[in-house]
Amino acid sequence: MSQLEHELRSLKDEVIDMWKLVQSQLSKALSALINFDKDLAREIVMVEKRVNGAELQIDRDCEDILALYCPVAVDLRFLLAVLKINTNLERTGDIAEGIAKLILETDRPFPQELFEATKIIEMFHESEQMVQQILDAFVNEDSSIARGIFVRDELLDDINRRANDLITDYLQQYPQDLHQALNVISIIRRLERVGDQAENIAEEIIFYIEAKVLKHTNKRIQE
Amino acid sequence: MENTIISSRNFNAYFGNVHAVKNVNIDIPKNNVVAVMGPSGCGKTTFLRCINRLHELTPGATSNGKMLLNNEDVYELSPILVRFKIGMVFQRPNPFPNLSIYDNVIAGYKLNGIKLQKKERDQIVESSLTKAALWNEVKDTLHKKGTFLSGGQQQRLCIARAIAMEPEVLLLDEPTSALDPISTASIEALLYELKKNYTLVLVTHNMQQAARVSDRTAFFYLGELAEYNVTKEMFTNPKDKRTQNYITGRFS
Repeated sequence: MSQLEHELRSLKDEVIDMWKLVQSQLSKALSALINFDKDLAREIVMVEKRVNGAELQIDRDCEDILALYCPVAVDLRFLLAVLKINTNLERTGDIAEGIAKLILETDRPFPQELFEATKIIEMFHESEQMVQQILDAFVNEDSSIARGIFVRDELLDDINRRANDLITDYLQQYPQDLHQALNVISIIRRLERVGDQAENIAEEIIFYIEAKVLKHTNKRIQE
Repeated sequence: MENTIISSRNFNAYFGNVHAVKNVNIDIPKNNVVAVMGPSGCGKTTFLRCINRLHELTPGATSNGKMLLNNEDVYELSPILVRFKIGMVFQRPNPFPNLSIYDNVIAGYKLNGIKLQKKERDQIVESSLTKAALWNEVKDTLHKKGTFLSGGQQQRLCIARAIAMEPEVLLLDEPTSALDPISTASIEALLYELKKNYTLVLVTHNMQQAARVSDRTAFFYLGELAEYNVTKEMFTNPKDKRTQNYITGRFS
């Protein structure tokens, strides 16, 4: 194996480690939401620094490989994809941190009825599964798995679209839960963005493997 | 292809029984730089030497198929005429050691017995050295021997000598492999300028050079033209697995 191949393999391992860290942040955010666990929410905010550190390290490693090895073809596409995936993962980490901060500023636990009315837990699970699916696509270099994300994202979009009406209905019944309801809607907006980040990452994986640019195209047609 | 200047059709070249270039079909557009790359022994230099009929000068070397220059088969023209129209620059700078810079530039005319007035000679020397980006450096020492120049300057002198004959095509066989990075950069800058007036076919082992200076790249492997494409496409998304393995250094 050439030196460049070693470097690319270790870069891929770094990205996978960062991915797992971000997944863990999302999963802790879900647990903190369900259990109204402020200690866990604080932990997420603390760990966010590690996500940022991983992003900086991956950026630096990409720069070094570009400068020292001048990669071309599939290697160049891999590096360009990793640079963007890195940004998308860091933003996903920011979203987990944002959710944790919303939990920290909420004064009372979130009522179960609010979760059920908004389907936020279902949305959370779907977001986590999308992040896992796109990781599988990256690890196995399988663009067909990546393409599956574009359909999956529809559920998140649907819940997000209906959120205002659902929250309005809920608040007519439980006006005392206004603060919780507003924070839940903020969390729903953030989870919708997790879906967007997963879509962006899917586009980068397809670019890397197939050299096709799906940005600003109708992905359903491209499937 | 539009504006094609050189085309080969089912072109084969041999050294005795060794089949060095296999059934190559390629169209080279006018005023383009075409890089030819591939592992050692893949036939790229042999193919280059077939374009201006230098290959046949090697004992035992033969070829068949069509090699067209502006739709004329170069193998049906006089080899001298072909080499007027298709100049060549070699790997190591090779100015004539006993000739001055001035006489090196017009050596092609002298060797072919073409008589010129002094004024014409002066014009050709100045214009060729200017095109080769060497005039300003040597205009006061034109009657010194060419071998006093640095390696990079000598190579530019060889380019001036080649373009003094006003060829349509310039073949360059690893023209910078014996030069330092600064001289290499000046030759690469020169190639960019020269393509305005000439078509350049450049054999190179330096993939980054191919990527930097060429419009199209041809990849040869075991005598075959494995892939020929626009350089940007070749270096971002090669279509042939062999090209990908070569340019990413994965050849075993």
